[in-house]
Amino acid sequence: MDKNHLQHQLDMKRSLLDQGYLDEQFIQLEELEDDDNPNFVEEMVTTFYANSARLLQNIEQALGSRPIDFTKLDNYMHQFKGSSSSIGATRVQKECTLFMEYCEAANAEGCIRTFRQVKQEHASLKTKLEDYFKLARQGGPSAGGQAGR
Amino acid sequence: MAARAQFHVLAVDDSLIDRKLIERLLKTSSYQVTAVDSGSKALEFLGIHEDEENNEASIPSVSPNDDDDDDHQDVDISLIITDYCMPEMTGYDLLRKIKESKSLKDIPVVIMSSDNIPSRINRCLEEGAEEFFLKPVQVSDVNKLKSHLLKGKAKESQPNINKRNIMEELFSPDRTITNYGGLEKV
Repeated sequence: MDKNHLQHQLDMKRSLLDQGYLDEQFIQLEELEDDDNPNFVEEMVTTFYANSARLLQNIEQALGSRPIDFTKLDNYMHQFKGSSSSIGATRVQKECTLFMEYCEAANAEGCIRTFRQVKQEHASLKTKLEDYFKLARQGGPSAGGQAGR
Repeated sequence: MAARAQFHVLAVDDSLIDRKLIERLLKTSSYQVTAVDSGSKALEFLGIHEDEENNEASIPSVSPNDDDDDDHQDVDISLIITDYCMPEMTGYDLLRKIKESKSLKDIPVVIMSSDNIPSRINRCLEEGAEEFFLKPVQVSDVNKLKSHLLKGKAKESQPNINKRNIMEELFSPDRTITNYGGLEKV
């Protein structure tokens, strides 16, 4: 495997960690990969984005209804936050926590504002991870999560 | 030469991501895993029908105390690990139902939750949960399961010991020759 390529991948990951996009949980996921499950992390991330699209839609709808059901919102966000934490999406999690605080305070404006940030972080991370996995795949079959141990 | 049977863990979580994660964690530790997405599916898998759980006539397909061949035991669950927050039936509800069941109460149960709420944790432990893991669950958490699994196995073998005592009274104390009433020892 191309040493420069590997370095590039490691640098990208380091950068995502340093900037707080990802945390230790992401590394834990990589450590669960083996020869039989070489793409576990990418699978988890793909599942996360497939699942979260639905949840975000539900939240969007709930925010649009009058009166706003803050309990329902809190439940949806709790699920979304849980999934985010399972893949190590730190920034997304932080926005989720903030959102839930606004729910508790029944602060509609706060929820709406924070939800925009949730979506932004969610989308931003998606792009970065897509780049990361693309790079990983380009490095060859063993490139996946085996890098950076 | 006999291969050690794999421990079979039943994982319960309504979140697909978390089911995938716990499944991977458990498989990495060489456990056999069945993952379901609700408490009611878990009970179904364990052979308990919610409305029949107190009915003596319902024969569960899983019993840790089972040692009869005619009990149609399809699965042997060594441990149940369940999420707390689930719609309809929480992990706590599931824990209670398991502990109330004659056939299932000795299966160790572990609860997982993304929320660190001491009263919730205490409630579960008081109800008989062996452990409470904060999500996201780590490899180090899964490593703690071994002792609970072995504990469960120990409880399971106790009835056998009692049965053996009875057997010893019925048959010759010299167990190197098994008296099957004329049949040759193979």
